[in-house]
Amino acid sequence: MKLLRSSSVLPGFGPALGFTVFYLSLVVLIPLSAAFIKTFELSWGEFVDVVTTPRVLASYKLTFGASLLGATLNAFFGLIVAWVLVRYTFPGKKLVDALVDLPFALPTAVAGITLSALYAKNGWIGSLLEPHGIKVAYTPVGIVVALTFIGLPFVVRTVQPVLEDLEGEVEEAAASLGASRWQTFHRVIVPSLAPALLTGFALAFARAVGEYGSVIFIAGNMPMVSEITPLLIITKLEQYEYSQATAIAVVMLVLSFLLLLLINLLQWWSGNRHVRK
Amino acid sequence: MKTSTIKKLAAALALAVSATGALAKDITLLNVSYDPTRELYEEYNKAFVKHWESKTGDKVTVNQSHGGAGKQARAVIDGLEADVVTLALSYDIDQLHEKAKLIPKDWQSRLPHNSSPYTSTIVFLVRKGNPKNIQDWDDIVQPGVGVVTPNPKTSGGARYNHLAAWAYALKHNNNDPAAAKAFVTKLYQNVSVLDSGARGATTTFLERGVGDVLLTWENEAYLALKEQGADKVEIVIPSYSILAEPPVTVVDKFANKHGNAEVAKAYLEYLYSPEGQEIAARNYYRPSDPAVAAKYASQFPKLELFTIDAVFGGWQKAQKEHFGDGGIFDQIYGK
Repeated sequence: MKLLRSSSVLPGFGPALGFTVFYLSLVVLIPLSAAFIKTFELSWGEFVDVVTTPRVLASYKLTFGASLLGATLNAFFGLIVAWVLVRYTFPGKKLVDALVDLPFALPTAVAGITLSALYAKNGWIGSLLEPHGIKVAYTPVGIVVALTFIGLPFVVRTVQPVLEDLEGEVEEAAASLGASRWQTFHRVIVPSLAPALLTGFALAFARAVGEYGSVIFIAGNMPMVSEITPLLIITKLEQYEYSQATAIAVVMLVLSFLLLLLINLLQWWSGNRHVRK
Repeated sequence: MKTSTIKKLAAALALAVSATGALAKDITLLNVSYDPTRELYEEYNKAFVKHWESKTGDKVTVNQSHGGAGKQARAVIDGLEADVVTLALSYDIDQLHEKAKLIPKDWQSRLPHNSSPYTSTIVFLVRKGNPKNIQDWDDIVQPGVGVVTPNPKTSGGARYNHLAAWAYALKHNNNDPAAAKAFVTKLYQNVSVLDSGARGATTTFLERGVGDVLLTWENEAYLALKEQGADKVEIVIPSYSILAEPPVTVVDKFANKHGNAEVAKAYLEYLYSPEGQEIAARNYYRPSDPAVAAKYASQFPKLELFTIDAVFGGWQKAQKEHFGDGGIFDQIYGK
């Protein structure tokens, strides 16, 4: 506290911190703690029973697995998109740049309906894949497609500004000091981009875990196979099982929090490593 | 915040009305309904508005809300102030009493025919020419037949689908529940998409080309036929199906609060009038009025219908055994 206070020349630390805590409590902590409190209606045994049924476990596996896969795909392809947008000039670049944000703006239900129409066996893409025995709509693959779609802007928009700051001269300096292309890439560029890339990955992942609207239209929603956790929560609610629904939600929250914490630690570690070198 | 503003407005309005004497009132009713009744109530509301204005001089505006029956009932329990609910099955309306005491326990005896002004049943919708030759329930459990039905946990219609298949299997297997379970399990093995509501399932079947047969409400099937044309789909009537009784009721607590008790009651009673019954029949709901039923007899094929009470001992029991936690549906999907 003292350290923080002395490190800033600007006044107003107290009120600003007070406001931050108040605001976060109002917007984030109070609604979330309500979920925890509702869960206390269940005994510990009931809670464990609810959140460890095979169907719920299968949905956790699917939701977190598909979200990680979607975020990984986005980290890879989003990096390429950001690279192209920053390092090259080509006609229509502004347009492509604007396209990246579309998944943000589109209502998720519209995204879901559009994707399922495209990937269904009578859709444009689905009709090309179907003869090869590849099914996307109404399978877990469809879920990954939807989660990749909604997560793309996060990676591009976090990596882009960092890449813009990373001047070409740095690469030239590395080359003139005798680094090969590969060395330049993984010793110079990747370490500078890693924190931003991880942030983008974490955001895309977090968004995907909570995604409902776009997924239910393309998932098929079969228990044990393509049923995501948010759908299971809604299902419990519609059966008037409020405390069971919040129990599943609480586990999801804790898992998400732990995973995000892990990603943040990774980010801190990679940032530090970069600084030391 | 919002409700207090509304209250203030209502109070101001009441003052204004009492000050100016007996003026015609502007009344707003909220009808919370289930998924496939959009077209029915769109037409019925117009008729009722006209009827009520000619009778009392008051102008009514009816607002509609549609969605899966479970979701809709929950919204009302959680404080969506519906004056009337018109849902798919009595279990969901029972919850308004059980969870929030919004209505009395005996709500279902307040209007004729178990408070169901119209009935429906479950039929099959197949693709033109019926390429898989689907005639009855036995045909849809054959391997290789794609079946589309919504998730019974969230959709009222899907619960009727499930129970109709179960009852058919009981009837043809000397009432053996094990055989019925095997039959329904085979049925679900043919399902590749479980939508959350009846309308979603219709879209999956019609627009996405999934499956060979859609299990759905009779009214929904006729509507699909009307919208898509007879060159795309056909309706198949099974030999035996369920009598679906979608009930209606006034939500006393909210209707009284809004001062709408009288008009809300009249709104539901008018569903039983010849005009209300005609509108129901035109929207492919089976009318309860014998005269209207006779007039539209050719529209509704005759088939053997059973009631939930006769085969399953009522909704409460059926809900618990089939769709509750660890019930038949969960067992089939390996909970």
